[in-house]
Amino acid sequence: MFRFLFGRLGLLIPTFFGVTLVAFSFIRLLPGDPLDLLAGERGISPERKAQLLAQMGFDKPLWRQYIDYVAGIFQGDLGTSFASKKPVLDEFMTLFPATAELALCAIILAVCLGIPAGIFAAVKRGSIADQAVMGTALIGYSMPIFWWGLLLIILFSGILQWTPVSGRISLLYFFPQPTGFMLIDSLLSGEKGAFLSAVRHLILPSIVLATIPLAVIARQTRSAMLEVLGEDYVRTARAKGLPPSSVIGLHALRNALIPVVTTIGLQVGVLLAGAILTETIFSWPGIGKWLVDSISRRDYFVVQGGLLLIAGIIMLVNLIVDVLYGLINPRIRYN
Amino acid sequence: MNFQKSLKATLLGASLAVIAATGASAKTLVYCSEGSPEGFDTALYTAGTTFDASSKPVYNRLVEFKRGTTEVLPGLAESWEVSEDGLEYTFNLRKGVKFHTTSFFTPTRDFNAEDVVFSFERQLKKDNPWHEYTPGAAWEYFNGMSMPDLIKEIVKVDDYTVKFVLNRPEAPMVANLAMDFASILSAEYADKLAAAGTKEQLNQEPVGTGPFTFVGYQKDAVIRYKAFADYWNGKQPVDDLVFAITPDAAVRLQKLKAGECHVMPYPAPADVADIRDDSDLTMMEQQGLNVGYLAYNTKVAPFDKAEVRKALNHAINKQAILDAVFQGSGQAAKNPIPPTMWSYNDAVEDDDYNPDLAKEMLEAAGVSDLSMKIWAMPVQRPYNPNARRMAEVIQADFAKIGVNVEIVSYEWGEYLSRSKEVDRDGAVLLGWTGDNGDPDNFLAVLLGCDGVGGSNRAQWCDENFEALIQKAKTVTDKAERTKLYEEAQVVFKEQAPWATIAHSVVFMPMSSKVTGYIMDPLGGHWFDGVDIAE
Amino acid sequence: MTNTSPVTKADKARLEAESRNATKAQLYEFWYYFSQNKGAVVGLIVFSLLVLMAVFAPLVAPHNPDIQYRDSFLVPPVWEEGGKAAFLLGTDAVGRDMLSRLIFGARFSLFIGVVVVSIALVGGVVLGLIAGYVRGTVDTFIMRIMDIILAFPSLLLALVLVAILGPGLINAMIAIALVLQPHFVRLTRAAVMSERSRDYVIAAKVAGAGHFRLMFKTILPNCVAPLIVQATLSFSNAILDAAALGFLGMGAQPPTPEWGTMLAEAREFILRAWWVVTFPGLAILITVLAINLVGDGLRDALDPKLKRS
Repeated sequence: MFRFLFGRLGLLIPTFFGVTLVAFSFIRLLPGDPLDLLAGERGISPERKAQLLAQMGFDKPLWRQYIDYVAGIFQGDLGTSFASKKPVLDEFMTLFPATAELALCAIILAVCLGIPAGIFAAVKRGSIADQAVMGTALIGYSMPIFWWGLLLIILFSGILQWTPVSGRISLLYFFPQPTGFMLIDSLLSGEKGAFLSAVRHLILPSIVLATIPLAVIARQTRSAMLEVLGEDYVRTARAKGLPPSSVIGLHALRNALIPVVTTIGLQVGVLLAGAILTETIFSWPGIGKWLVDSISRRDYFVVQGGLLLIAGIIMLVNLIVDVLYGLINPRIRYN
Repeated sequence: MNFQKSLKATLLGASLAVIAATGASAKTLVYCSEGSPEGFDTALYTAGTTFDASSKPVYNRLVEFKRGTTEVLPGLAESWEVSEDGLEYTFNLRKGVKFHTTSFFTPTRDFNAEDVVFSFERQLKKDNPWHEYTPGAAWEYFNGMSMPDLIKEIVKVDDYTVKFVLNRPEAPMVANLAMDFASILSAEYADKLAAAGTKEQLNQEPVGTGPFTFVGYQKDAVIRYKAFADYWNGKQPVDDLVFAITPDAAVRLQKLKAGECHVMPYPAPADVADIRDDSDLTMMEQQGLNVGYLAYNTKVAPFDKAEVRKALNHAINKQAILDAVFQGSGQAAKNPIPPTMWSYNDAVEDDDYNPDLAKEMLEAAGVSDLSMKIWAMPVQRPYNPNARRMAEVIQADFAKIGVNVEIVSYEWGEYLSRSKEVDRDGAVLLGWTGDNGDPDNFLAVLLGCDGVGGSNRAQWCDENFEALIQKAKTVTDKAERTKLYEEAQVVFKEQAPWATIAHSVVFMPMSSKVTGYIMDPLGGHWFDGVDIAE
Repeated sequence: MTNTSPVTKADKARLEAESRNATKAQLYEFWYYFSQNKGAVVGLIVFSLLVLMAVFAPLVAPHNPDIQYRDSFLVPPVWEEGGKAAFLLGTDAVGRDMLSRLIFGARFSLFIGVVVVSIALVGGVVLGLIAGYVRGTVDTFIMRIMDIILAFPSLLLALVLVAILGPGLINAMIAIALVLQPHFVRLTRAAVMSERSRDYVIAAKVAGAGHFRLMFKTILPNCVAPLIVQATLSFSNAILDAAALGFLGMGAQPPTPEWGTMLAEAREFILRAWWVVTFPGLAILITVLAINLVGDGLRDALDPKLKRS
């Protein structure tokens, strides 16, 4: 087991350095620079620009800059945001809970609806119900979510006025945020209605972000279930006269869930990509929007650090999924 | 380590939030702002959004613009004298002005000369301990206004007298001190932070003398202030001020209609008519202090000839541009300064739209088969909501007089720096938004000889024009300056280094309950004096 | 020499006929399984209609998509109050006919799909073949690079790439092709590695086939099925990603009637002119749905494992 774990970690090291190299070179390839953008029409003298670039360390030879960057990573220093003059890591830490809360709600929604829907469709295979569920799943899977979000806003915020248009909580509430997770903080604050307000703000963004993972999980669960239901041991269990619910629940589901767990893990990347669009539509103060804004502002260190942190999260989650998979399914370890 | 620090900061913010939340059933004004402030130490930044959230509610300056004008009034300085030679400005400071008391700072003394010296010297002196207190501190506005070259020293004469000594006379100096970068911070607060080793807090938790006390900021979401009870100019009519950060114009309008906020800036042009029809909303409008122009390169043939430039100006259909690009939120421009600015010369006659005349003039100048480039910027600006569409309209207009146009564009930063090149190929669409309401801030910056190869995108250096604006810089008498600038505008129109295109109109929708809001010609958003009717 | 030639000729003709028959039978079998899936057939029909619409856009569209009718800003669709018969689906903010823009938009979306899939497929297959066939350091190197690409959320990576290359349709396509490519590499490599030790490959090797021939002529044709399924998937992903980039202002630039770009331009009207927001998104959804339906059908027809169940 340890050999397996270390093997996986070993694979991560070159990938990690590759990622740092990619993030490092990207910001140096971006045309334009933050200084020209910040100065705008007012302009900035070449001398002053050179001086400021030197302040940020851009006058050093490239290899030196790269070494400084990697050394900084290991000391938890990802540089300073040019726009806000705050450390990139601090900004990330204040914004990440917003994205994490949204992503977690979305994945919970996707799992809680997707797995039962998939099982249901598999059990009722070929029926109209199966076709309806799978048809819906395929529509969800084909959904341009940025448009889906706009539609939901038109319907629920514009016409019906059930949900707020944007933000994380009503402006009426103002309380400490020790965790950064609005659902938890609103409960801790003890203010009446705060939790409900936070929930209302979360509904639409969560639905939008959950749409594609939900569809994927439902489809994956169905096909995994179908495969397992066709296996010998399930047939045996059935032949033994076990009630269908116990066949599905005990025997089939446990085995069918293995590939589904992997799928859920792989959805993390999808979620983070989706968060970019969802956060833009709902003005959700998370890292997706932060990065998009920083790219257009040419905020070098935010882009460089943000890319690295996001890639780091994805690699970490993939590693965890890999290890879990290895635990559940020992055959994998030796492949 | 860093995580702990940010956690600590969150907790700290939390404790002050609790204090703020106890003041129940207060009158709260909510402003749906268009973006997040970059920080709260105004002088570090150049963006209007940051100024709205920092310098305007929290700080004061030695002198202030009279609300709704660019006229300068006493602020933290009660009066000032200028020496004969125009090199020494002596300010007499107001007494008994209090700094904000917050959960993170309790002042022990009133505002005095220390604070003024601190606020400027940190920007001026490289050896000041606050000069680089946060990474990347560049004091961009201070530098952009050439303050380091201009100011020789700042002297504390006594506790309530400060003297600015200049290297050369500069007529707009007092107006410059009303700008956001000249906001006065508390030296005592800075000392306290320095002693605690948390200098960067200066940029995150501001303490000033202004109408509103900073309470807390949740990044990209909400900023909260409360009215400062001991404000030297009287407590504000509202109790709390909230900025709800809402970048999307459609969403801002939705929130305004739903009553979630009282005031919003920058409605989408398409929504303007709709807002006018809404009886629950009022909309204020004002001409922006800006100009959008097409700058020819006067150093490159055939655009070095005034007749050619003039001919092209006659070919541009400004009305079509106003309709297609500004959708009613613009006004045709004839001078390089906006009509709201003093010394605007209304006697100047604009080049009318006349393609036949344009054609004749081109022929008379011996130009035929002209091909040119027009640069269109990739971003939306206050003076030009859609440069590409503007370029397309001009392209069609020029085609009518047989001039072939190719539209080019670059990434915004690159666009700005490339368009400065003296041998640039093509005419550039660009514009300018005023900083301090002084004509010098337009005419000298955009058309002076010093600006060639820089902010003077026409690369235009005209002897007569230059003599006029240089003289106007040194004279302190406003009537005389006005005359000089009016004359300069006549020279400009004759020589036509630009095609002046438009000044934008700025709209400000708000709930009908809001009273006392005054629009700022400089484009800022101020909430002192604003009230909500019950 | 001369007397053997007729025999060979006859043999050859017979062999060719046989293989033709075999191909025919294969195709027939494929179509049988494909048409079993009703959804796939519907998808195929819709997709064909879209292709026809795109090809004949100038004939089908009632208006020029770029002409601005200055007296008809934001006209609602014909069935709504205030609609005009000249503009079946209404007009946008500057008076352009929505229907015509949507029809021309089909050209862009399909073009994006074809180009992106071609680049990603060719690049991915070549890299995957090399990695799986050569193995060793080359394999490790290629696969680590693919790992790096996959470590970023695809849209984010595409966004940064477009920022570097400059916003625009072509650059957006290049960026999307690059982020979709690793899937083809992995797939091809896995297929090659499982095929490499099969008898027919070893036989070809013994018969003296060169590396190039082995890779492309012998092994590749046997990995085609999963690649086709992946290609359909990528086709729909490419359309979605390009639209998302357009929506974020980094894809096709206005006034190009690309659907995502149209949506981005329409955003400010979301609460007052539902049609400028609804139709472009619906067009994307229908196109992507049709392709995914076809993709499901292809998978059913090509994947022997699922065929059995």
